[in-house]
Amino acid sequence: MIVTNIETVPGKTITTHFGIVSGSTVRAKHAGRDIMAGLKNIVGGELKGYTELLVDSRTQATERMIAQAEELGANAIVNVRYSTSSVTQGASEIYVYGTAVSVE
Amino acid sequence: MFQLTFNVIIPISLIIIAMIVGTILERRHFASIREREDKFAYLPTFTGKQYPTDKAVAHCQVFCGSCVVSIDYFKRLLAHLRMIFGGELNAYGSLLDRARREAVLRLKEQCPEADLIVSLRIETSSISKGSYGRIGSTEILAYGTAIKFAN
Repeated sequence: MIVTNIETVPGKTITTHFGIVSGSTVRAKHAGRDIMAGLKNIVGGELKGYTELLVDSRTQATERMIAQAEELGANAIVNVRYSTSSVTQGASEIYVYGTAVSVE
Repeated sequence: MFQLTFNVIIPISLIIIAMIVGTILERRHFASIREREDKFAYLPTFTGKQYPTDKAVAHCQVFCGSCVVSIDYFKRLLAHLRMIFGGELNAYGSLLDRARREAVLRLKEQCPEADLIVSLRIETSSISKGSYGRIGSTEILAYGTAIKFAN
């Protein structure tokens, strides 16, 4: 599966268009991480626990999008966009969407 | 006496610790960012979608790099002071600058053998708002399409 965030797949031509595919996941931080982040917050800087958590959820959302595209019979996804929104205090939603196409 | 310790000494010492440790950490982080940026100077990065069409493309793939940062106690105090008079918040600015450069570097670290990165997007989102007694942390996400040419 080729995933790009431009309109085309470089070096290939788009033959079929399957419409939009998307994947999303809502993740909450667990209490242990929250406490560690609270301590880290005194000196500021990067909160590694949260970075890892969001990287994991982004990978999962992307996998869900790719699974959806495979079901449609696509072999590439173009124009992929990522977005993050905080739904409630302490939980965030990762949403990824793109256009499933078939290229040769 | 107990109340004095609890209300005055602990917050002040936390602010002093935050000021010293935060400043050292920031300086160290900036040094590491500059060093890695020099290392990746060979990899051109564009926000546009154009790429040279005269070369054959071997491979292309989207990559993400992200970084979650939070403000320290000392910077928060500076920000509160600044909010009285208004104006630019340098304390927050340098933190976000650091996070953005780190996110772009993490993106590049995943595709060191690429020839070009096009359509780079940088997104900022606050994952928990800085309401009272809560952590104000921000996530920076950088993503783009890495292209490798056939040679």
